[in-house]
Amino acid sequence: MTAQTTAGPDGKLDRRAAMAALLADRGDDLVAIPGLGSTCWDLAAAGDNDRNFYLWGAMGGAAMVGLGLALAQPERRVLVVTGDGEMLMGMGSLATIGIKRPANLAVVVFDNGHYGETGMQPSHTNGGRVDLVAVAKGCGIETALDVRDEAGLAGLVERLKTLHDRGSGVGPLFARLAISAAEAPRVLPERDGVVLKNRFRAAIGLKA
Amino acid sequence: MNAPVATVDWPDQLYATLKRADVRQVGYVPDAGHARLIDRVRADSDIHDVVLSTEEEGIALAAGAWLGGQRAVLLMQSSGVGNCVNMLSLARTCRFPLLMMITMRGEWEEFNPWQQPMGSIVEPVMKLNEAEIYRATKPEEVEGLAERAVQHVFGDERIAALILSQQLIGKKVWTK
Repeated sequence: MTAQTTAGPDGKLDRRAAMAALLADRGDDLVAIPGLGSTCWDLAAAGDNDRNFYLWGAMGGAAMVGLGLALAQPERRVLVVTGDGEMLMGMGSLATIGIKRPANLAVVVFDNGHYGETGMQPSHTNGGRVDLVAVAKGCGIETALDVRDEAGLAGLVERLKTLHDRGSGVGPLFARLAISAAEAPRVLPERDGVVLKNRFRAAIGLKA
Repeated sequence: MNAPVATVDWPDQLYATLKRADVRQVGYVPDAGHARLIDRVRADSDIHDVVLSTEEEGIALAAGAWLGGQRAVLLMQSSGVGNCVNMLSLARTCRFPLLMMITMRGEWEEFNPWQQPMGSIVEPVMKLNEAEIYRATKPEEVEGLAERAVQHVFGDERIAALILSQQLIGKKVWTK
């Protein structure tokens, strides 16, 4: 991975650069689900792809969409990238994922400690008061990474490459990225849910 | 046990219906009325049984399953319907096929009054969410209704609620 300006103005990771790093050389086998709001715009900004399923709503559901997809498509790598607020609303889904343990699922949280879409109100993770890495570990997800810098991001990118090769007995991957609270311009993808569903299914070889 | 003697083994018929429909994922928050079906699903290595921490997770699970080419159903008790409301917008907006099998509380021979408020609004809540309602009161009508619900959901990418009435399931026995 190239270390290209992945730091934001506050020294934390820049969300757009981090998303670009996660999706670089994604290959045909990687499918991506963002949470609603900023991570959805981040995924669109990284380059539209029929194997992205953009969530414009369903707050708290991103990781579970990822679980259903990961169970249905065990040969594909399923990457969920969501925000701290969205993950907090669906925190129980980490427990559900910790029980099912699909090795081909990665849940990555862009944690800026704020609700970005609604006016940057502080979230529970603000100032580290709620630790999502500890939550994930407590839910039985052993591989739970706390990514705070470019080196950590590079390590996460490497782990994502071999997500489906880790074999049975190795559970899903969780990572929390300390993301700059600096906002990025909105990049809006397709928002027709039926179109998004059908193009996704067609892109992975299913009947639309 | 005060439950009526089942002349028709409807939980096994529901399981057979799921198998005929090639359902590969079953999300559930346990309920006594679903106990046998959950046992059958958990014993089946061709079905991913997914125990959920809250029912709304199952709406998102079913969406992900369909994106990946598998059919899913969601099992829950009437009290779980309220937990699903916003997440149902995912199925409605994207027209994800969604079959919910709902065991009723709070409508017949109910000892616990806390079950009544949600139980009494299950059908209107489901109708507001564009679900087709299939209500079974007698054991012999469960399988036929389940088959119709399957056709409605997976044949046309729609939402359906198979409501398994409290009368069908039988009275819960309360002992201290």
